Amino acid sequence: MNATAESYVTADGRTIGAPVMEMKNITLKFGGVTAISDISFDIREGEIRAIIGPNGAGKSSMLNVINGFYHPQEGEIWFHGEKRKPMKPYQIAQQGIARTFQNIALFKGMSTLDNIMTGRFTHMKTNMLMQAIWKGPAEREENLNREIVEHVIDFLEIQAIRKTPVGRLPYGLQKRVELGRALAAQPKLLLLDEPMAGMNVEEKEDMSRFILDVNDEFGTTIALIEHDMGVVMDISDRVVVLDYGKKIGDGTPDEVRNNQDVIDAYLGVAHD
Amino acid sequence: MPATFFYTIEVIANGLMTGVMYSLVALGFVLIFKASGVFNYAQGVMALFAALTLVGIQTGQVPFAHLINTIFGTHYDKFGWQVPTLVAILLALGVMILFAYLVERLILKHLVNQDPIILFMATIGLAYFMEGFGDLMWGSDIKKLDVGLPQGGNLWLEGATAGWAEGFYGFYLDNLDMWATAIAVVLVASLMFFSNYTKTGRALRAVADDNQAALSVGISLRTIWVIVWSLAGFVALVAGIMWGAKSGVQFSLSLIALKALPVLMLGGFTSIPGAIVGGMIIGVGEKLFEFSVGPYIGGATENWFAYVLALLFLVFRPQGLFGEKIIERV
Amino acid sequence: MFYREAGDYKKTYAEDTQTFPIKLDRMGYYAILAIALIVIPVMLANDVGGGANYWANAILLPFLIWAIASIGLNVLVGYCGQLSLGSGGFMAVGAYASYKLMTSFPDLNIVFVVILSGIVTALVGIMFGLPSLRIKGFYLAVATLAAQFFLVWMFNKVPWFYNYSASGQISSPTRTIFGFEVTGATATPEARYLFCLALLIALAWVAHNLTRGRIGRSWMAIRDMDIAAEIIGVAPLRTKLSAFGVSSFFVGIAGALFFSVYLGAVEVGEAFGIQKSFLLLFMIIIGGLGSIFGSIIGAAFMVLMPVLLKNIMVGQLGWATDIAAHFEFVIVGALIIIFLILEPHGIAQLWRLLKEKLRLWPFPH
Repeated sequence: MNATAESYVTADGRTIGAPVMEMKNITLKFGGVTAISDISFDIREGEIRAIIGPNGAGKSSMLNVINGFYHPQEGEIWFHGEKRKPMKPYQIAQQGIARTFQNIALFKGMSTLDNIMTGRFTHMKTNMLMQAIWKGPAEREENLNREIVEHVIDFLEIQAIRKTPVGRLPYGLQKRVELGRALAAQPKLLLLDEPMAGMNVEEKEDMSRFILDVNDEFGTTIALIEHDMGVVMDISDRVVVLDYGKKIGDGTPDEVRNNQDVIDAYLGVAHD
Repeated sequence: MPATFFYTIEVIANGLMTGVMYSLVALGFVLIFKASGVFNYAQGVMALFAALTLVGIQTGQVPFAHLINTIFGTHYDKFGWQVPTLVAILLALGVMILFAYLVERLILKHLVNQDPIILFMATIGLAYFMEGFGDLMWGSDIKKLDVGLPQGGNLWLEGATAGWAEGFYGFYLDNLDMWATAIAVVLVASLMFFSNYTKTGRALRAVADDNQAALSVGISLRTIWVIVWSLAGFVALVAGIMWGAKSGVQFSLSLIALKALPVLMLGGFTSIPGAIVGGMIIGVGEKLFEFSVGPYIGGATENWFAYVLALLFLVFRPQGLFGEKIIERV
Repeated sequence: MFYREAGDYKKTYAEDTQTFPIKLDRMGYYAILAIALIVIPVMLANDVGGGANYWANAILLPFLIWAIASIGLNVLVGYCGQLSLGSGGFMAVGAYASYKLMTSFPDLNIVFVVILSGIVTALVGIMFGLPSLRIKGFYLAVATLAAQFFLVWMFNKVPWFYNYSASGQISSPTRTIFGFEVTGATATPEARYLFCLALLIALAWVAHNLTRGRIGRSWMAIRDMDIAAEIIGVAPLRTKLSAFGVSSFFVGIAGALFFSVYLGAVEVGEAFGIQKSFLLLFMIIIGGLGSIFGSIIGAAFMVLMPVLLKNIMVGQLGWATDIAAHFEFVIVGALIIIFLILEPHGIAQLWRLLKEKLRLWPFPH
């Protein structure tokens, strides 16, 4: 599948549009270590894009480049057809990119509801004076956003833990709350860093279903890193494979599965 | 050479020696911070408490005399004996070790894995407690501490350098300051030796690096903490003796901790050489600033100079002079 | 029913987020307001039981003023997670700002003087908050000491701030609201009390509003995990500075009141020294980090405890005052450690737990 600008319709009837985000020749170095070297790929509107590769392949670094924690030494990032200037992570969030973390990054001192409400931050506009007075614009805005958050809570089926401090929740639920916080932002692009790490089969099934539903119902573009090959191959539209900071494969799950370089990277290759 | 040149040198020399005294206090902070991640605000009060205890033992004071007298209407004051200085110092050291044990038992043990900021606030509480406790135990009057170190200006040096320039009356340096500098140097050298060449020292450094890993190779965290707090108590005792001999044992002694804080910000919280160099920079800096700029802006700039210097410095180099660069992983 | 939520269905989000969701709480709150606004002023005005001045000066005024300051510090420490040891210095800014405003603009109403002093302090606080972008945790705490020492030194050494008075002190002129004197030597205790109380109620309400909405959540996000806060679009520096600003605004107002209404005359090193910064920190630790209610309780505790100790030890047992003072240090220090070990969220959390138990009582499951 080449990066043509035309849209197409998948077998299950979803429309995949033009590229939303294009990474062009990205190189990222830490001192003398090259974490990512000359990698290019794109993410199309409405698709589920997986980034896979062995440990240390540069997957997480890639996500961190996309949402601005790391700034690549070389290469360009294009978002919605415009070349992106170097930005801080919070500015990138304001552009509509949300993410979850490999190790859960929730706000431990706050309830589930408040955690997900923080996801609405970029959509709330009342200034400090209105907030201080509360009655009027601030309260109206709060209740309006609360409604959206309640939809997310219903969607993820976490009504019962609405007011529980997240620190008390089990791991699987925390992952779900973190997804909820990202969803509440109604992002244009959602980045998921190992959303199923450390989960049992049942939890993985739940999470896969949520990811597919998000993509299907809201048309959210998703880029995810995942180690579980079965899951990746099942849910993603296209897969990019990294190894030692280089791209070794890119295409549909079937294409990637049959790529000799990918097979070598995962199974090892005999040197003789 | 004009006289101002020599006076400037005298200011720098005095600054260096004051700086070493700051370093002495800062050293106690570094020891505890490295091994347990606790930023021990009480270090200054520990110095005060150690000095109070030393004077109390040396002059044979009855502990809690004031309180006992108030409650029971008695008139205890002194046992009426004098304890030799060396014995008194050893006994005071014993008290500081007992104190270290109690701190581990009653406070640290219960605050493992808490945020550093919580531990910091707990040590502020500890400082308050010790201050009140020390005063109850030994009384809050200003005490004279005499451990036999020479006091006053060094006449020989003054005489020898007088007349080096027109209107220059020779270098005025305090004997006690010079002794303190020498003792501080010996102390630092022996601490370095201890931490680099002994088994306990290695264990200390292991704990400082990663306490989980240290636990897994069989190092007892709690023993290490007691050792570290005892060491810090020892450093506090030395600092208490020096500062106490200089300006009397009184409440204001605990405030030297406030002077050690900017030293730490400058030198980094984890570096022993940093504490020494930071102390010297601050000692010299504040003396020079007061000497050159102070008269024009009302004086007493020593109150804040160290802090503002450290603050400005931190904004440009947050990890301090010798601290390791912190790389945040996402 | 007694203290129950059951059967009390919330139909709107506004009802769900109201301040006192339980009816009994609401009633209790109104009762306390009535006592504070009506009963106490009447008692003060009629000097019931004698010693109205003692009550106002030893307990009521310090409590109200410290409560405002501790709400302010709690915004910064408890909600935004930035430890500050410079509160004494910021109170001094508020005090000196109000002095300069009162003496430069004699016709300006005291209410505006106090609020403007808060704004001036907020600006100074934001300035000293700038390093918070680069430095964190106790590095920042130590850096805020720079504010403490520098500000106190400045007010001591720059004569413009104390209008070149010979003593270096500042003293508050008489100012009125609706014809009632609230500052100056002849102001009645009930007028001064009501003035401070009105400000406390207004400011507590503002703090409650700020902490329950968008801005409060952004503060807590920075406190709990600054990296995650950034990826939801919270700008770290702006958010921290807003907390520094709001916090200093409260602390500055408290400083202005401390000087103009409570003490009347002030020498900066004595009134706003480093001990005041610690006192304020202790109030929020004991009261409860991240709780407006806790800030008020903490202030009450730290104001009442020394008075009580003094009354018992000096008044009843006839001990010397210095022993009582030493005991105060021992007790405060021990309490701080005990609270940090057993209940880091302070008295406010104990109260919450009690209410939770009460809600389910007598069937705890």
